[in-house]
Amino acid sequence: MNVIQEFEAGEIARLSAARPVPEFAAGDTLRVSVKVVEGERTRTQAFEGVCIARSNKGLNSNFTVRKISYGEGVERVFPLYAPTIAEIHVVRRGDVRRAKLYYLRGRSGKSARIAEKARVIEPDAPPSAAPQQDAAE
Amino acid sequence: MTRLFKDDGTHVPVTVLHLDAVQVVAVREAERDGYTALQLGFGQAKVKNVSKPNRGHFARAKVEPKQKLVEFRVAPEALLEPGAALSAAHFVVGQMVDVCGTSKGKGFAGAMKRWNFRGLEASHGVSISHRSHGSTGNRQDPGKTFKNKKMAGHLGAARVTTLNVEVAHIDAERGLIMVKGAVPGAKGGFVLVRDAIKRARPADAPYPAALAG
Repeated sequence: MNVIQEFEAGEIARLSAARPVPEFAAGDTLRVSVKVVEGERTRTQAFEGVCIARSNKGLNSNFTVRKISYGEGVERVFPLYAPTIAEIHVVRRGDVRRAKLYYLRGRSGKSARIAEKARVIEPDAPPSAAPQQDAAE
Repeated sequence: MTRLFKDDGTHVPVTVLHLDAVQVVAVREAERDGYTALQLGFGQAKVKNVSKPNRGHFARAKVEPKQKLVEFRVAPEALLEPGAALSAAHFVVGQMVDVCGTSKGKGFAGAMKRWNFRGLEASHGVSISHRSHGSTGNRQDPGKTFKNKKMAGHLGAARVTTLNVEVAHIDAERGLIMVKGAVPGAKGGFVLVRDAIKRARPADAPYPAALAG
């Protein structure tokens, strides 16, 4: 391992100890709790939608969540190890045959559905705590 | 490059610089050499690949043979002893430094890439020469192309200094300096890091130097 790989491995261990990363892939429905700072206080805001892409590149890994908000498609890219994310909760496991679900962008309604996976492989550590609801909203 | 996730939620793109066994190999003094400087050595070199005169040079300072030797001009009161090992804690987080390296070579590049010329038009009768530089001068008067006219030629592989790069993180144990943003050169290249010449050195930065061990 070179110095950068060593550093990244240490950072991944430190950040995933603070907030574990569940096993998920494209097609899964996620509820991402994001820490939002409003002046003095911090609250968490949930962003729930389908994970349409995941890019695995060590510390720089990220994933894209797409949802339809008031009839408008909204996508948000999260760094996988960002300390601003309080929790990643897998709501539903989807059965898809692509790694990147960009085709969902051109679809809406019935054709944008994703079938649920028939047999889910046991996730290693499902988040035990009930998803925290947004306090302010 | 990698990134640093900070506790406040922000993250910083950083370049990791490694201080690998940086030691003082020789000292230049005003009475003997006419100027004051420190010659620093970096890394390890195989003894069989070091010339006999250089082996003697390293032996005089009682240091292992070094891969790279470089001189830094320092003030007369800031001279160190030969053999002193420098630590990454020489720089402090938030300090501005200048980073000097050899940029990536681009080979023979056209005027558009090398000098950001706009080229010729895509249509209106232009044929074949869409990426050419166009005219290089006037007519019979002056009757020549002036020197230093920007034209196609070799680009890159030159000494480049990036001024005012912020130090984002220091890992003195492993000898790592992480600076915000990019530095000149390819991965694994050698760079020189010095205190920024256009900013004052922070008061808490070690002077004359932070020594390891």
